[in-house]
Amino acid sequence: MLLTQFLVVGAALFAMGVYGLLVRRNIVLILLSVELMLNAVNINLVAFESVLVSSEAIGHIFAIFVITVAAAEVGIGLAIVLMIFRNRKSANVDDLNLMRW
Amino acid sequence: MTFGDWISEPANWAFAVIALVVLFSGFRVVTAKNVVHAALYLVGALAGTAGLFLLLSAEFVAWTLVLVYIGAVVVLFLFGIMITRAPTGFDEGLDADHKAWPATLAAGVFVMMSWASIDAFGTELVVSIGVAVPTELIGESLLGRFVMPFEIVSFVLLAALIGGITLARRDLTPLEEEERASV
Repeated sequence: MLLTQFLVVGAALFAMGVYGLLVRRNIVLILLSVELMLNAVNINLVAFESVLVSSEAIGHIFAIFVITVAAAEVGIGLAIVLMIFRNRKSANVDDLNLMRW
Repeated sequence: MTFGDWISEPANWAFAVIALVVLFSGFRVVTAKNVVHAALYLVGALAGTAGLFLLLSAEFVAWTLVLVYIGAVVVLFLFGIMITRAPTGFDEGLDADHKAWPATLAAGVFVMMSWASIDAFGTELVVSIGVAVPTELIGESLLGRFVMPFEIVSFVLLAALIGGITLARRDLTPLEEEERASV
């Protein structure tokens, strides 16, 4: 197996995440796109680990850290979405214009 | 390496199938017109990613991904979708009207990143196929060289837990507080 085939899949997932981030209007769906991008990073980390084999499995450790931080991010993100929904009765980013000049 | 050489390796068949699943699911996550479908397609993308990790002999990371993401994060997302009472049916208003420049930007990102990786790692081969990285090694590394980041990340999780509770809990109105005090 080539290394680049994994990197290209990762790049495609990341590009899809970028597209979703810019196009989606529902906050929950924007968070989903962020998850896609973080996942693409994980693919790259693990793929590099299997080429530059390290004695401490550094690539895997970093992937685990990314997964942990992503889980924390989802928890906080959805709590904020809940707050916004309670105050504005909407999960649409276009409605969040309170701080717009 | 020609395409014939590439396709004659059985591991690459598995890769092709899994990569198709990942890419299709990822595409549907960002294009689905139904919020719940988008969240469920994320399961496909994540399960496929776990499959790729297994191909790369990263067993521990693959099962962590399945447990943490498919087990917890997607459920949390579905919970968020239900509680914000987002329209669960098909909804045309989910996407912004401007789609041309995000699509162009995403295609540009994809071309740039793939070109850079092909240019830098053209024919580099993945070593040690089928030999799983021992979980023991990951454990020793986590509690050895990476013990500080490990502790810090656990603190981040604790902070996220407390922050999530603080943000999401509803403050009582003065009337309710009075009622509670009188009981």
